[in-house]
Amino acid sequence: MNQRPITEDDLHAYVDQALEPERRAEVTSYLDDHPDVAGRVAAYVTQREQLRGALGSIADEPLPAELNLSRIIESRKRRPLQAWGAIAAMLLLGIGALGGWTMRSVLQEGSNGLSALAQEAAYSYNVYAPDRVRPVEIKASNSSELTQWVSNRLKQPVKVPDLSVSGYRLMGGRLVATSHGPAAMFMYDDDRGDRLVVLTRPMSNRNLDTPMMPQSTGGVAGFVWADEGMGYTLVGQLPGDALKPIANEIRKQARPI
Amino acid sequence: MKDMLVQVEPLIPALRRYARALMRDRAAADDLVQDCLERAVSRWHQRRDGSVRAWLFTILHNLAVTQFRQATARGRHMPIDDAGEQELVSAAAQEQRLIYQDVLGKLAKLPEEQRAVLLLVAVEDLSYADAAKVLNVPIGTVMSRLSRARERLQQEMEGAAPGNVVVLRSLK
Repeated sequence: MNQRPITEDDLHAYVDQALEPERRAEVTSYLDDHPDVAGRVAAYVTQREQLRGALGSIADEPLPAELNLSRIIESRKRRPLQAWGAIAAMLLLGIGALGGWTMRSVLQEGSNGLSALAQEAAYSYNVYAPDRVRPVEIKASNSSELTQWVSNRLKQPVKVPDLSVSGYRLMGGRLVATSHGPAAMFMYDDDRGDRLVVLTRPMSNRNLDTPMMPQSTGGVAGFVWADEGMGYTLVGQLPGDALKPIANEIRKQARPI
Repeated sequence: MKDMLVQVEPLIPALRRYARALMRDRAAADDLVQDCLERAVSRWHQRRDGSVRAWLFTILHNLAVTQFRQATARGRHMPIDDAGEQELVSAAAQEQRLIYQDVLGKLAKLPEEQRAVLLLVAVEDLSYADAAKVLNVPIGTVMSRLSRARERLQQEMEGAAPGNVVVLRSLK
């Protein structure tokens, strides 16, 4: 007989009834020959049965009203208007408050315009990232069309960063309006649905090169920098140390062509 | 929204069971499930292909872990050995009750990550691959945690009752 050796993983899969019938038969005959292992496996089977027995009744309890899914969906439908009101109010407040904030940081940073770019990215994130209907205008499936469009409008060859090494997929992008002209916005998401926004546009100083700087405005955080006159920013709702390697990856890929 | 109702609703009892086994507190667990369902509703269109079950357990598990961390940061510990079992087994027959209470008490002594994997695999019937997704670890890690969880739970059980008949029970 030419049988694959039995592993610990096989024993657990045996306990969890996750083996193919053939393999299960092989494990059964192994256990027949090895009573010590069989004893341990039998104990694990008992554990499993006891846990299932002890917890099983919870799943039979009637659901309390607050776990009624139809009701949760209903209350959600009534909410969007309120949410939009809140976002509008935040943006209005933000324009006043951030005007001061921006002035201050522009002065601190030597008027290189990066904080304005950071601000624009935060606005785009707050408006488009929560959008469930049409967060992007051109989807990732048409990425060459997207690249061409934004490159034409920015009068700059623009590369769409590939963030798959960081676990983020391109959803697509769009052109957004800023007080400094058009900017290209790209949106990414991961398996959990967390979204990131990359915003890029030419800076007024066409030779600007800056180090990468952390920024946090409008409830989102990220990094902003400039390479040869192109400004870049990455924003999202992840902690800074999670965003930093992604920003580094974008900087590496997006060096002007 | 209708396909969501059809796919998510039947899973709510299992989500409750997992939450309660982790949190060991009915109200806290149901709050967590409610939070999970609200997120699921708002992110339904963002989910990827694959098992809805694994997706929901991922959301729930992440919420639970966040709560554990906050509780630890505040210096408050999750209850380990106090009540809860009583409530958990209220429907079980009287003689089973003690056995059930005992196994849940011992389960509670396992480290959180071992407890989670054992519950997902042995109670909630998630495949090893889905459990790996929920816990955001490789399958190999699921297997090693599962192995340690079972071994440790067994030590606890034998420690309490040396020569327990459980070990001698023959296979079917």
